[in-house]
Amino acid sequence: MSALSSSNWDRRSVLRAAAGLAALGPLAACGGNTGREGGGSSGKSLVQYFHAYGEAGTQEAIKRYAKAYDEARVTTQWITGNNFESKLFSSLLTDNAPDVFEFHPQLQLIKSGQVAPLDDILGPVKDDFNPADIKSHTVDGKVYGVRMIDDPQFFFYRKSLLEKAGIGVPQTLDELAEAADKLTTDKVKGLFLGNNMVSTNYALVWAAGADQLNDRNEIAYHTDDVAAALKTYRRMFTSGHLLLDAPADYWDPSALVQGLTAIQWCGMWAMPVMQKALGDDLGIFPFPSAASGAKPAVYNGGWSMFVNAKGKNVDLAKEYVKWLWIDQKKYQEDWALSYGFHIPPRKSLAASATKLKSGLPAEGVKLFTDYGRFDNISWTQAMITALEEVIANSVRKGMDPEKALDAADVKVNRELKKLFG
Amino acid sequence: MSSTPSTPTTPSTSSTRKGVRGSTLSFWIFTGPFLVGLVVFVYIPIGWSAWLSFFEARYTVTPDKFIGFDNYKLMLTNGDFTGSLVTFTVFAAIIVPVTWALSLGLALMVHRLRFMKAFFRSVFFLPTACSFVAASLIWKMSVFSGVRFGMMNTVLGWFGVENIAWLADPNPPWYWLVIVTVRLWLQAGFYMILFLAALQNIPPVLYEAAAIDGARPGWQTFRHITLPQLRATSTAVILLLLVAAYQAFDEFFNLLAKTTWGRPPLVELYYTALGDDQDYGAGSAGAVILTLLICMVTLLQGRFLGFGKGEDAR
Repeated sequence: MSALSSSNWDRRSVLRAAAGLAALGPLAACGGNTGREGGGSSGKSLVQYFHAYGEAGTQEAIKRYAKAYDEARVTTQWITGNNFESKLFSSLLTDNAPDVFEFHPQLQLIKSGQVAPLDDILGPVKDDFNPADIKSHTVDGKVYGVRMIDDPQFFFYRKSLLEKAGIGVPQTLDELAEAADKLTTDKVKGLFLGNNMVSTNYALVWAAGADQLNDRNEIAYHTDDVAAALKTYRRMFTSGHLLLDAPADYWDPSALVQGLTAIQWCGMWAMPVMQKALGDDLGIFPFPSAASGAKPAVYNGGWSMFVNAKGKNVDLAKEYVKWLWIDQKKYQEDWALSYGFHIPPRKSLAASATKLKSGLPAEGVKLFTDYGRFDNISWTQAMITALEEVIANSVRKGMDPEKALDAADVKVNRELKKLFG
Repeated sequence: MSSTPSTPTTPSTSSTRKGVRGSTLSFWIFTGPFLVGLVVFVYIPIGWSAWLSFFEARYTVTPDKFIGFDNYKLMLTNGDFTGSLVTFTVFAAIIVPVTWALSLGLALMVHRLRFMKAFFRSVFFLPTACSFVAASLIWKMSVFSGVRFGMMNTVLGWFGVENIAWLADPNPPWYWLVIVTVRLWLQAGFYMILFLAALQNIPPVLYEAAAIDGARPGWQTFRHITLPQLRATSTAVILLLLVAAYQAFDEFFNLLAKTTWGRPPLVELYYTALGDDQDYGAGSAGAVILTLLICMVTLLQGRFLGFGKGEDAR
């Protein structure tokens, strides 16, 4: 009896201990397998974030470059979906933050100490970069990112369709609206400005003779000409001449290539695919002037590499950025020219980029130099969102542009006050 | 259990004490991990969020600039957050009754089937297994695509109707059709199963008695026998639907981009706290306001509907 009960007790205690261990197991497992430490022979590892490029082969290319780096094991996070900013920003607050990431220059990242100055690695080659690319990344004399690629955005059009409709290349915003009207048939829409209509925001403001902010970092987008341009946009939106809710957005060449539209706003990156599909039936033009006396506009977007200043291994991360985006010119050239077309920000590389020297790519480079304007580092994500809301409210929803701009002013001023006091 | 009082230390008391100690230990072993999880993942974040809501917390969750009620003022005055409460109310007012009616209708139909009952039950239930994100993408890119070969536009094209930009153009608000249909498709089957189970539990004698009393089959029987018998299930379904509607996020997030409309509270707070703005202070303030609202609604429904009270209290 007693033997039985004691053995009974033993079995229970064993079970109890086992249960306790089992309960602790998952907690212990939390510590391991974060993909950061261990594994590599050197034990050093880095994490890099990239948004998902649309061109075939880009992800493999980035991983191939990373693999060639000997000093650390570099893991690539390829962020799909249309919310790269959100995913990047929220991950930067966590322990799994990337050590290096691609993004656009934005002041709040610098003010909050999120990104490290890169003067020590950029210093020796600073003169080899397009001065505009250095300027757009400079705050108080320090440079905060290494530009990888410059991506001008402009209109692509089917030459044959414009000829058939008997119209020339639009020189003003009104002519663009007119062209959209004439080019629209029951099969093809005249114009594609993107599903959300926000991708032309900067170009629209610039072509209306305004700017996002002035030199004193005050609102400069709120002018009568911009409001008038927004009204034209609203007219185009409701006219039925725009391609809307397309399966692929503006950054993808599908809409033009599949014959859904005659004119599309897109970036230079998509040029190779378009040329392959359409051959010579392809032309480009800048965002046409939207106010009397204002110049046409091209948005010189692009992507830059940043180092997370709050990362675990800032020096190694800097070394990696220097190795790949400053020293390894072969990779930089491959990245800029082998997949989509991007303009190399390095003068020496741009000079030897034969693919961009003739034909349509050369025209693209000319638009980039003649009309292109770069990011303003003081124009931060909250302001970008505020301006996007102007489009949503005034163009898509039909609110009075003045009222929509007023609403944006409140948000932008709140942000400006936080950044500049 | 009847130990004699004369013996000071009986084996039974000692074993009871050991048993109590043992069961206390077991209690902690079994509930400990869950309690730890609850504290770490629920209570600490709630407390942290309440703390954050009084700080200027942008791009950080460890702020140091105390700003009092400024975040609350911002959330209540800038219109986006209050607008999101309206959006939720509209959404719930549409989706709850429509899903209730559709799933009940499906259940009644499947219930009456003589053959292939299991087949149809599975067919209607199957969409529940699909994720909201996947379904939203299908709805956006093929069913309600704005191009001429989108499914709905093709169908409308047969009748000579112009292409409609279902999601881009908020006038008229076609986006509600897209959002409501995707959720209907996904969840109606699940609630159909609940109704089906309840229908099968209605005693056949009730119908027999009703027939003897002269109730005509069809509407009269449904109105006076079936519906009252389904009251408990209906209440549960409506509450579940309300909770699900409140939690709706994926379809709004995936179907509507760069809008200032069609954002229920969770989407709005996501954009405030985790989106481009990364304003954790304002986002937390919104979350606290939302929590207070939910508490109020819960208390009010407890007073008026009495759901969740014990049987005796009713």
